[in-house]
Amino acid sequence: MAGPPVPTLRPPTPEELKRRRRNSIALGAILAILALIFYALTIAKMGPAVFNRDL
Amino acid sequence: MALAGDSTDYSAIAGGARVEDYFALLKPRVMWLSVFTALIGMLLAPVGLNPVVGFIAILCIALGAGGSGALNMWFDADIDAVMSRTANRPIPAGRATRSEALGLGLVCSSFAVGILGLATNWVAAGLLAFTIFFYVVIYTMWLKRSTPQNIVIGGAAGAFPPMVGWAAATGDVTLVPVVLFLIIFLWTPPHFWALALYKQGDYGAAGIPMLPNVAGERATKVQIVLYTFALAASSIVPSLIGFTGWLYTGVAVLSGVGFIALSLRLFVTADNVKMKRSARTLFTYSLSYLFVIFLALMADHVAQLAGWM
Repeated sequence: MAGPPVPTLRPPTPEELKRRRRNSIALGAILAILALIFYALTIAKMGPAVFNRDL
Repeated sequence: MALAGDSTDYSAIAGGARVEDYFALLKPRVMWLSVFTALIGMLLAPVGLNPVVGFIAILCIALGAGGSGALNMWFDADIDAVMSRTANRPIPAGRATRSEALGLGLVCSSFAVGILGLATNWVAAGLLAFTIFFYVVIYTMWLKRSTPQNIVIGGAAGAFPPMVGWAAATGDVTLVPVVLFLIIFLWTPPHFWALALYKQGDYGAAGIPMLPNVAGERATKVQIVLYTFALAASSIVPSLIGFTGWLYTGVAVLSGVGFIALSLRLFVTADNVKMKRSARTLFTYSLSYLFVIFLALMADHVAQLAGWM
């Protein structure tokens, strides 16, 4: 029974490696931004008093 | 319901689509108008938002709009390939697969709704979720290919953003955001039918039942004129309910007169080449119109707060 075509197993080309690297960097940046968003949101929701608390 | 087959051009897309193609899947040019109207809705609300929270809320609305765009591209890959206007989109051009668009759309939509709910409130998040659902399921999957009234009803999806922005600030929806919704809702038909008039061939080839292809050019022009009058009337409702002053009223009246004039010019233009040029002018004007109207809303609001009016 014919199924979906299977990608040929071969070493990735330099262009493919470059694209994967760029995609990985972009994903890493997005995750970092997500962490920053949660951090900023938490600080904002805790209000200005968060900086005046006893440590 | 025809679905486009997934791209099997593994050699072209091995390693995944490029970052630029993932971004293009989000339909950034369409996204900005939703973001702008949502921002105005948020700024017009009587309750202020922490700037950080407000910024994150707008980011979520942008992400939600982008997610909708990606899901639309996922579903419409087959007809996008046929239309000259959309043939260079990432999926029909072979730079991304349908699976990538689907994954991107679902992830962006889920994160947008979730983070908006955590950042502001679940009324806004619920509205955003409904907007995405309406655009993807009601409009893209159902109405677009089945009725010439597709963009009339489906246009509601584009009208929700200012309501979402308002709800993000206040936690509820009152008369003013409903009026903003109404303005965009009535703007959508003349905007898209002007586009459909000068892209009839494209829509016809794709089998999409746009009004000019189904009912003819004359019937479409009549509908455009009628909706333009309704739009111009709705645009002064903010003034009638006392929300805006003379600054906005003046801009709304002048812009509305311009819109009506262009729609009437389109109506009386018989020559096909001139008609398409007229339709294109109306389409371009409609983009500026919405931007100007919402900018005037903001300017009027600021002027009132500053005591200038």
